Amino acid sequence: MNTMVANKAKAAQPQGAGPAALKVVARDVNVHYGQKHALKGVSIDIPDRSVTAFIGPSGCGKSTFLRCINRMNDTIANARVDGSIKLDGADIYDPAVDVVQLRARVGMVFQKPNPFPKSIYENVVYGPRIHGLAESRADLDAIVEKSLRGAGLWDEVKDRLREPGTGLSGGQQQRLCIARTIAVEPEVILMDEPCSALDPIATAVIEELIEELRKDFTIVIVTHNMQQAARVSQRTAFFHLGLLVEVDDTEKIFTNPQDARTQGYITGRYG
Amino acid sequence: MGTDHIVKSFDEALTRLAEVIQRMGGIAETQISEAIDAVVRRDAELASRVIEDDRKVDTLESQVDDMAIKLLALRQPVASDLRFVVGTLKISAEIERIGDYAKNVAKRAVALSQIAPLKPAHVIHRMGDVAQQMIKDVLDAYANRDVERADAVWARDAELDELYSSLFRELVTYMMEDARNITGSTHMLFIAKNIERIGDHATNIAEQVHYIVTGKSIEATRPKGDETAFAVVRPGGGS
Repeated sequence: MNTMVANKAKAAQPQGAGPAALKVVARDVNVHYGQKHALKGVSIDIPDRSVTAFIGPSGCGKSTFLRCINRMNDTIANARVDGSIKLDGADIYDPAVDVVQLRARVGMVFQKPNPFPKSIYENVVYGPRIHGLAESRADLDAIVEKSLRGAGLWDEVKDRLREPGTGLSGGQQQRLCIARTIAVEPEVILMDEPCSALDPIATAVIEELIEELRKDFTIVIVTHNMQQAARVSQRTAFFHLGLLVEVDDTEKIFTNPQDARTQGYITGRYG
Repeated sequence: MGTDHIVKSFDEALTRLAEVIQRMGGIAETQISEAIDAVVRRDAELASRVIEDDRKVDTLESQVDDMAIKLLALRQPVASDLRFVVGTLKISAEIERIGDYAKNVAKRAVALSQIAPLKPAHVIHRMGDVAQQMIKDVLDAYANRDVERADAVWARDAELDELYSSLFRELVTYMMEDARNITGSTHMLFIAKNIERIGDHATNIAEQVHYIVTGKSIEATRPKGDETAFAVVRPGGGS
């Protein structure tokens, strides 16, 4: 993944040099699905090269907000988004923004592993190919190896790259999806409950991978598993009834949250 | 802890843990008052009972350890629940130490009952009352999550330290007056030191209660009245 690091070296902050640079800055974001006001005035700063976890009960707006960050809500007919979300200082809802390009910079991993019904190799090269990131077969081979290594899957599949991705185990499929996501060298990876369909061992492997990935990517993860949020993230945001109730260092949220609603939710005393 | 937990058995486990602490604290309080009575009344039999009772405190401490470890392993508490379980573990260790000090006072009561009576027993009595009240208050503060009451106990330690300092000076003068007072006065001095240490442990418990309730440690430094570590008493010259 060294070249990926090099590509983004301009944006990189020296380690331990004051507060981390902000990758995503959202201000007063509202989302309506038709008449329903799903997200109410959310403002949040997401630091570069770190993991930010969104937690909250079902329907609290966390996934809705996650999908705002790469404009996935554009695909929902009656969804209306207002407010401002900036990626590296540039508004992603600016009419001049190419949504396809945006989604190359802000990748997404979903709850259920969803490899294409193609070979492992084809799953990984699909994105680079449509984005024109490779000129030759050798380039594609290099991307496949780099991406599968980055997703911690290379050693397990290097001898069967031509076999269908759907033949892998659940955990391997999810890592294949992560390889597919990082193959286009995004800057931000959005993960919507990436482990909820996996067993505890496969979950631990993904969590270890997230820890590795945060060296090169900004990661935002939605999870229903609070222990997972506690384990993998540096910042945690608690959403409730469409509001961002509290966002703070993960350690603070899980030892001494400031808002009674956060306290109630994470301790299981949620009224 | 405000509202009830969705899982009732979790709340019940936390309540049971708090109950064991109250039982430990109750025994420790009795230990102190009986140990002091044994000193004042020169009652060796009562002192032996206090020494015996210390085992109960030790047994309850290991019970708290088991319960807390089980809670941490099975429930993975967070936020105020986590602070409560960890704070309770520490508090139980503090009470166990308090029991040890009371036991030591009782042992010295046995020794003192075999020699001539000494004058300053009333100051020891007063110190014992203060220490016992501190423990009672701090455990009430724990039971009711009452941070103001915990802070008050914390501030009260200075009173105990001052009593100890004045007793220290008094005992040194007795020893200088008559060498035959030395054995008894030395025991008395250790008894007073033990009670002073009990006060320090009550203060530590107050700090834990403060942390459990607020998530923050007590800001100010602990009030200190014990200056005997620096004391010099000259023959005929006072302190």
